[in-house]
Amino acid sequence: MNTTTTKEQAVQTMTDVMAKFVALVGKKLPDDVEAKLAELRGKETGELAATIYDTMFENQKLAMELNRPCCQDTGVLQFLVRCGAGFPLMGELEAILTEAVLEATVFAPLRHNSVETFDEYNTGKNVGKGTPTVFWEIVPDSDAVEIDVYMAGGGCTLPGKAMVLMPGAGYEGVTQFVLDVMTSYGLNACPPLLVGVGVATSVETAALLSKKALMRPIGSHNPNERAAKLERLLEDGINKIGLGPQGMSGSYSVMGVNIENTARHPSTIGVAVNVGCWSHRRGHIRFDGNMNHTITTHKEADL
Amino acid sequence: MAKRILTTPIKAEDLEGIRIGDIIYLGGHIVTCRDVAHRRLIEQKRELPVDLRGGAIFHAGPIVKPLENDQFQMISIGPTTSMRMEKFEKDFVEQSGVKLIVGKGGMGPGTEAACREHKALHVVFPAGCAVVAATQVEEIERAEWRDLGMPETLWVCRVKEFGPLIVSIDTEGNNLFEENKVVFNRRKDEVYKEIAAQVSFIK
Repeated sequence: MNTTTTKEQAVQTMTDVMAKFVALVGKKLPDDVEAKLAELRGKETGELAATIYDTMFENQKLAMELNRPCCQDTGVLQFLVRCGAGFPLMGELEAILTEAVLEATVFAPLRHNSVETFDEYNTGKNVGKGTPTVFWEIVPDSDAVEIDVYMAGGGCTLPGKAMVLMPGAGYEGVTQFVLDVMTSYGLNACPPLLVGVGVATSVETAALLSKKALMRPIGSHNPNERAAKLERLLEDGINKIGLGPQGMSGSYSVMGVNIENTARHPSTIGVAVNVGCWSHRRGHIRFDGNMNHTITTHKEADL
Repeated sequence: MAKRILTTPIKAEDLEGIRIGDIIYLGGHIVTCRDVAHRRLIEQKRELPVDLRGGAIFHAGPIVKPLENDQFQMISIGPTTSMRMEKFEKDFVEQSGVKLIVGKGGMGPGTEAACREHKALHVVFPAGCAVVAATQVEEIERAEWRDLGMPETLWVCRVKEFGPLIVSIDTEGNNLFEENKVVFNRRKDEVYKEIAAQVSFIK
């Protein structure tokens, strides 16, 4: 077998796996989200909240039985890639992910969610200029790749907000910023929400961190003690507001609050919020250098 | 408690005693009706191709699969943000005679007034539950204004125990979302004070 054939086969294998994985992510929620929703349902005592949770669970069951996407808004596809510098398909990776989305759009099926800006037409393929979106990180001394797949639906994308605070605003200002999003747009973003917060220098650094925060498992904490403390304070605090499922009131509001941070310029605090809806369609997959894959978010995943 | 099921055509007296926060279900017919359909009736003064007197509309853009002989199957249907229709809804309720508006999120003062004056309800179908809603559609009986494309076509659906539908505006004009917002904002201010006292990391 010559190397060209081997590479073509590898591209084919990875494309096929990624297309099936994208379809799975659109149908089945990750294990941590399922577990958290079950926990929250158990804690809601009111008839209204309990009825809404029961409908959600019935929906997820039917989506699997009927093999359909669980929500009609299958989002814009986003891939957060941590690619080993020695991964053999690094150069082909963006093309592979685009092809996987094209294929999944037909057989999942996914809704057509790619509208070219300014020309303002729907491409009808879920693929357009810059979509699907790929965020890159290069990992030295590795020949593997890790990919977070995320379906960014319209409802939970809408509350996204970033701004730069003066240092005088402090972490009190960060707190106010996050809470204000919760009671305005957050209400309509299909709670219980997963809240991602980025703290850094500028709008784009904070914004990207807030999305990365949504890729962290529910229940995980920032390694910095103070950041972890703010995660817990915000989680408890937002729960006390009592948005409940669908923002129609209840005993809880969120599945968690994840904060990601970097150092900042001494004159600024960049802060951003991104939220995931209760139907938080995220998946994590790893390929080694021989295209053997491992899925960590969905146990017993059968592609 | 037994399920409270409304059946189209709905009469004003059927809605008596139903209050915000109540959970109801629908039998009979519901018609998908969103942005452009509202605009056509109100701004362009075009006659609706479906008689909505005593009827129900759904703010939704479904995924529909065409079958043979001009038949269709409902694959996925979930509510879209009702507030986009607020601008038109008061006049829409008055002119169409619709009694039940199904959507997502709250609506504003225009819809409150329409529900009070013309005895109608705004209700919420849980969002993200598009497969449940699709399986409650027994049959798509008609498709009108197909020139609007799949999301905006008026799909006339026969439904069975369609719901749960949570009442967000009742016939007295009470508004669940607006009442909740007052409570949420008050709690938010308390929560802010509690957290702010513990995060003075810049010293």
